[in-house]
Amino acid sequence: MSIVCLQLGQCGNQIGHELFSVISDDSNGANRKKYKQCSDERFFYETSTGELVARSVLVDMEPKVISQAIAKASKSGRWRYGDKADFSQKQGSGNNWASGFCVHGPRHEEAVEDLVRMEIERCDRLAGIFTMMSVAGGTGSGVGTYITQRLRDLYPSSFILNQVTWPYEAGEVIVQNYNSVLTLSHLYQLSDAILVHENDTVHTICSRLMNIKHISISDVNKVIAHQLASVLQPAYTADSPCHYSTNPIGELLTSLVCHPEYKLLSLCNIPQMSSTSLAYSVFNWPGLLKHLRQMLIASARMEEGIDWTVSAPSAVTSAGESGTNSRQKSFNLSLANLLILRGKDVSTAVTDGFRDPALYVPWLKTENSFSTWTSPVAFNGYEKSATLVSNNQSLLKPLDNIVRKAWNMFASRAYVHQYTKFGICEEDFLDSFTALEQIISSYTHL
Amino acid sequence: MTQSIVVQVGQCGNQVGCRFWDLALREHAHVNQMGIYDEALSSFFRNVDQRGADSTGGRINALKARAVLVDMEEGVLGEILQGPLRSLFSSTQLISDVSGSGNNWAVGHHTYGLAYREQIVDQVRKAAEHCDCLQCFFLIHSMGGGTGSGLGTFVLKLLEDEFPEVCRIVTSVYPTAEDDVITSPYNSILAMKELTEHADCVLPVDNQSLVDIVGKIQHMSNTGKPGGTIKKDCTIISGQGGVVKVEKPFDAMNNIVANLLLNITSSARFEGSLNMDLNEIAMNLVPFPRLHYLLPSLTPLYTLADVNVPPRRLDQMFSDAFSKEHQLIKADPKHNLYLACALMLRGNVQLSDLRRNIERLKPTLPFVPWNQEGWKTSLCSVPPVCHSHSLLALANNTCVKSTFIELRERFVKLYRRKAHLHHYLAVDGMELAGFSEALSSISALIEEYTHLESPLMPNAPRLTIAT
Ligand SMILES: Nc1nc2c(ncn2[C@@H]2O[C@H](COP(=O)(O)OP(=O)(O)O)[C@@H](O)[C@H]2O)c(=O)[nH]1
Ligand SMILES: Nc1nc2c(ncn2[C@@H]2O[C@H](COP(=O)(O)OP(=O)(O)O)[C@@H](O)[C@H]2O)c(=O)[nH]1
Ligand SMILES: [Mg+2]
Ligand SMILES: [Mg+2]
Repeated sequence: MSIVCLQLGQCGNQIGHELFSVISDDSNGANRKKYKQCSDERFFYETSTGELVARSVLVDMEPKVISQAIAKASKSGRWRYGDKADFSQKQGSGNNWASGFCVHGPRHEEAVEDLVRMEIERCDRLAGIFTMMSVAGGTGSGVGTYITQRLRDLYPSSFILNQVTWPYEAGEVIVQNYNSVLTLSHLYQLSDAILVHENDTVHTICSRLMNIKHISISDVNKVIAHQLASVLQPAYTADSPCHYSTNPIGELLTSLVCHPEYKLLSLCNIPQMSSTSLAYSVFNWPGLLKHLRQMLIASARMEEGIDWTVSAPSAVTSAGESGTNSRQKSFNLSLANLLILRGKDVSTAVTDGFRDPALYVPWLKTENSFSTWTSPVAFNGYEKSATLVSNNQSLLKPLDNIVRKAWNMFASRAYVHQYTKFGICEEDFLDSFTALEQIISSYTHL
Repeated sequence: MTQSIVVQVGQCGNQVGCRFWDLALREHAHVNQMGIYDEALSSFFRNVDQRGADSTGGRINALKARAVLVDMEEGVLGEILQGPLRSLFSSTQLISDVSGSGNNWAVGHHTYGLAYREQIVDQVRKAAEHCDCLQCFFLIHSMGGGTGSGLGTFVLKLLEDEFPEVCRIVTSVYPTAEDDVITSPYNSILAMKELTEHADCVLPVDNQSLVDIVGKIQHMSNTGKPGGTIKKDCTIISGQGGVVKVEKPFDAMNNIVANLLLNITSSARFEGSLNMDLNEIAMNLVPFPRLHYLLPSLTPLYTLADVNVPPRRLDQMFSDAFSKEHQLIKADPKHNLYLACALMLRGNVQLSDLRRNIERLKPTLPFVPWNQEGWKTSLCSVPPVCHSHSLLALANNTCVKSTFIELRERFVKLYRRKAHLHHYLAVDGMELAGFSEALSSISALIEEYTHLESPLMPNAPRLTIAT
């Protein structure tokens, strides 16, 4: 089965390009015929001359970023974008969600829908639609939300997974928190799940774990693409223990999103390091999984600086005490986790530590809360690699920050006129705030 | 890529505008030595063949400025038509009259507005038709005279009516307290109302600041301060390397304003992944529609950066941008309240330099509580000619109101005595109410800035969700 990707706005197009590069590099490693076959079918189609073409639609309101992505892909010699798979205009959305959602989206919906339909019709079987975009700008956020809404109407039974990049705390777009609030509240109604990357977190990974001095946005995107590919590349699953699963998005959603009120997914992985350090390092599964488990319960996005004092509440606490109060403040409670293990001796890895009922909300059965996918093939240059996709409280704090800052601004009605100009009124803002407060409340009171 | 059109009105507007065109040409010639008509050039220049038709790509035939030049006397435009920049403009782009506005806003706004409306719209529309995607109008004028002030603000309204989707950025030169033009307070306050109502952004520049900066630079290059020998040709007030050789009065001052325009348009004129689109300026810096006055400061002004600057010198550039000496208007942003701030960098500056300096400066600068992270940044890799890097800061800061208060005082002094009023009221279309409305407009504006400075209510309580 195949995934149709949508790259939206600057961020979405830059990350999308990086994702296909990683997938192509990874699949071209040694001894992975079946793996490559499955990955190719999932992400590319082959032309009559044997070229691999990405199953991706590129959308932006300015031409620069898309033309760079297309040129770089062609230069790789391994894969390229489709000849008629991109749509761009001349002038961007100017950091304004309303301009993207109310003006550019409706104006260009037909053209973009046609491109997506062409990609979908090219698939023998569709595994789902995967979109990539930032929430802080104007095009990815506004046009991206609008297009997601259209696709939801046009393909009501297809899976839609939205990857979104959350902004740095400061320095780029002053109205970023407004744009984020408007995007997330709308997407929450439309999407099957929202997979989040925070730029600040990934930036720290680049500096602390990858030891990069002058971090460029492409360094950040490489880490994001690595994490995404580690989830989306072929793996054996519970439903498909002997063959690579053909239904990656469907199975991911079954594993992680059991209730429509909870659909924010976060990612962490281990190990993650510079290639020079990697050459000198040896890993064993028990060590990796011990770290990863602690990252999970202490809500650490990286291996470094994990708080080892945080522990899951002991199982003996009586039912009466197991409410929010008795829980350790920093303990990160989960609804569901999906562990993806790739590499050598993967069959020997023991994952019991993630099955502990204390990690999960009491109102779900643990056997439904935890799933494992595996692949014996080493991933993207790492002999062993573990990725955890989680539906838990770890995004509460950054989400609360976004809503708090946006709310403070909204209390003064600052910048609101820039949105009303395009048809988004104060009421719309209030609806969005209410929706996000609801999500915050739901995750707080798990 | 998108294109912009410059509309220069009145003596000051046209003199500043021409310094911009000259220095922009110098900059593009420096970067683009093959003489190719590239996307960068196309943002402000057309490339035309013998028959005057647009030719895209390939070698430069003849460059035409995307501009409309308006003045109601012949002097300045006549000089342009005789001067070294003449080939940049075809005569239809120039709109002029013979008798001038006599430093009377009402004559410019009402008399000439009515008379030249059609002709101006026609020319702007022609310029717009040559654009593939018109993004922005840059209006350049002075506040104190009659044509730039009166007709200039008439044109502003015209642009809003005819091209509502195109962003309007106005560069306004404010008069000094000792200005030759006695009626300059009237003209300025009458123009202010129009700017407040019809511009997307205004970049106020005052002649006192320009005089002071020029004086200081000339003093430094004459005395040759030890350690920092200033190459005369490279200072920000010099037009060396342009096609215009003769220096006129005001040229040194106008070169500074031209540099402001070069910097603000550099992101639009050159490629770069961290560019700021022109429509992002208002979106990020204007939280309330009327409060769109963005104070410019330029660095370096007084030093010439070496090619390899140690980080300390680079950090100094960031500090300077917030000092009084580097503001293009007499004001002190550091001791007043910031609503938002943009840092537009050019040249050899890394993202990490930017982040480090924002972190360093943030604690020293007061920002409104609801916009503590109110920074917008951009990096353009092409530096200004002769420099390795430069910084233009645009501050939306309550300190601008002191300029407006001063202006209002000067206005009231005349108005109380009804001095010169009859010259205005004699003009068809000008009513006495125009004066009082302009006065209340500026007072309301001052009040809006003051209101923001008053201690705020504690943060509004968040919405609560019943659980
Ligand atoms: N990780 C990452 N973030 C990006 C990238 N490009 C832009 N961003 C972020 O996206 C936000 C700006 O949105 P952008 O995608 O540029 O706007 P759009 O083109 O209007 O969708 C900011 O928060 C940036 O930090 C990228 O390539 N990678
Ligand atoms: N900076 C600068 N100011 C000027 C220039 N020409 C005139 N001014 C100022 O502009 C005001 C007079 O307006 P002016 O442009 O001459 O009048 P107009 O031709 O009727 O628009 C006075 O404050 C002058 O000091 C100039 O070239 N540069
Ligand atoms: Mg963009
Ligand atoms: Mg004059």
